[in-house]
Amino acid sequence: MKEYWHSVDLEKEKCNGCTICLRRCPTEAIRIRDGKAKIIKERCIDCGECIRVCPYHAKKAFADDLSSIEKYKFKIALVSLPLYGQFKLNKDINRVFNCFYELGFDMVYDVAFAADIATSLQSDILKNNSTKPLIATLCPAIIRLIQIRFPSLIDHIINIESPMEIAARLAKEKASKEYCLNINDIGAFYMTQCPAKITSIKKPLGIKKSYVDGAIPIKSIYTKLIKIYDEVKKDDKIQQASGDGIGWARVGGQSFSLDMDKYLAVDGIENVINVLEEIELGKLNNIDFFEGYACVTGCVGGPLNVENPFVAKNRIRQLSQKYGKRSLEKEDVNKLIKDVDIEWTEEIEPLSILKLDQNIEKAIEKMELIEKIDKQLPGIDCGCCGAPNCHAMAEDVVKGTACLEDCIVMLRKKADK
Amino acid sequence: MDEKEKNTGIKLEYEIIKDDFSRAGEASSNIKRVLRQLGIDSSVIRKTAIATYEAEINVVIHSEGGKMVVNIEPDKIEITAKDNGPGIKDIDQAMQKGFSTASQKVRELGFGAGMGLPNMKRSCDEFYIESEFGKGTTVKMIFKL
Ligand SMILES: Nc1ncnc2c1ncn2[C@@H]1O[C@H](COP(=O)(O)OP(=O)(O)OP(=O)(O)O)[C@@H](O)[C@H]1O
Ligand code: SF4
Ligand SMILES: [Mg+2]
Repeated sequence: MKEYWHSVDLEKEKCNGCTICLRRCPTEAIRIRDGKAKIIKERCIDCGECIRVCPYHAKKAFADDLSSIEKYKFKIALVSLPLYGQFKLNKDINRVFNCFYELGFDMVYDVAFAADIATSLQSDILKNNSTKPLIATLCPAIIRLIQIRFPSLIDHIINIESPMEIAARLAKEKASKEYCLNINDIGAFYMTQCPAKITSIKKPLGIKKSYVDGAIPIKSIYTKLIKIYDEVKKDDKIQQASGDGIGWARVGGQSFSLDMDKYLAVDGIENVINVLEEIELGKLNNIDFFEGYACVTGCVGGPLNVENPFVAKNRIRQLSQKYGKRSLEKEDVNKLIKDVDIEWTEEIEPLSILKLDQNIEKAIEKMELIEKIDKQLPGIDCGCCGAPNCHAMAEDVVKGTACLEDCIVMLRKKADK
Repeated sequence: MDEKEKNTGIKLEYEIIKDDFSRAGEASSNIKRVLRQLGIDSSVIRKTAIATYEAEINVVIHSEGGKMVVNIEPDKIEITAKDNGPGIKDIDQAMQKGFSTASQKVRELGFGAGMGLPNMKRSCDEFYIESEFGKGTTVKMIFKL
């Protein structure tokens, strides 16, 4: 198995070893060791829940800063969907997009427009489909969750690129043609709302290499944009998405743009897990389309955004209305994408990281031991041992990464003896 | 959950309570987790999960309650759902696709299509059903690994 890279990281100095992230991690990927949180990297799906809940802001994402764009001769800013929701509605979003020139970019590309293109492509796929329900691919954290916990649903995933990738390809193609540039001299940077997107750039799924060269958190440029806004001189027409494309920033936006009738749009990682369980049991075969987001409200609720997710979601709704529906003509879409790949070339593989042992007999033995230890443990899931709950602790003991006396109740019992 | 020492495999037991829909599905999702940790092939996990879920729901809906016992051995998974009555009058009829005695209330919850038993039979490699009217029903399913 390839070594897995993920983008959520811990600033050790800030962590005080509390158990808040430990309990909230949906994949039980966190342990507290020596008084500090530690992420088990194979288990992390980069949903960003720990970044959101950490009261000490000790969790962050590996991202690029603005200076990293200097590595490229020609610099493209990919303005992401959630960006639409970060500014009061009296601010002109096209003007906001023009601010990126002042930050040093040579071209600014509207990712929401790529969502318009993706809408057209997905609607074709949905028309000729018998797998029910098809699963939308916008959130990379959900794809990874499926790889780990729901591998039997991999075949349900729609295998076309995300608007971010489509935008990167189209923008680079445009730049190289218009300015006669070598593609290697062009750097495309995504204004990211979450760590999962960063990971999907560094370690893409479904494709060999991402066309995006870096990711800059929305948080880190937001105040700069606000400052520049009043003075910005350029007035290019950058905003080109329809209300449908913009709507992809919030949960339900894809289904709305696709005019779906039988769909489920689910936000929040725990809710998504529950629905995927039902899909796996075949209980939702009457649904055509499922869009799931790790973040509450959808990508507009991503942890690297600035605005309150609900306020931002409401703005997205209003902007969707304002810009209205526009279905791109099929011919136009085909013309746009004729020189770029939009389908995945690589298989999404199941990840068997939860496996206790390669050998099933050994795995059964370990399982028995886990259940036995679990019964000895107090069952109060206090987290003091550094594992998220007693069952996970029992697993850690069997794996040899913890010992029974790490449990304070067990330790006390031993001392009492 | 209960587990007894046994050299060849692992045994899991789940209590299933009559009419308790809030917990229905718990046993099957627990079994799924265990199978995943044992590294069982995902298509087998899915089939097993579907079948145990149907068996679990039948005990919740149609019986006085009972229990589910899962035996996992290196070459097979054996699932037994045993309940405490009332039993099935005509097993052949119950096994038919679409036959159901589910009440209107239960149907409103989305059950009662009469597909549970046929789906269970289709999902597993060996299927046994025994029932004594007035006493109880036992469904046994074997999945080969
Ligand atoms: N454990 C049981 N005890 C008593 N009767 C049962 C039991 N399991 C099944 N039955 C009877 O067999 C019938 C058919 O069962 P089956 O699981 O195929 O369909 P269903 O439960 O009615 O509907 P569905 O499973 O599609 O929701 C049931 O309606 C019920 O009359
Ligand atoms: S829902 Fe959107 S913002 Fe949240 S993790 Fe997924 S892709 Fe990122
Ligand atoms: Mg049934």
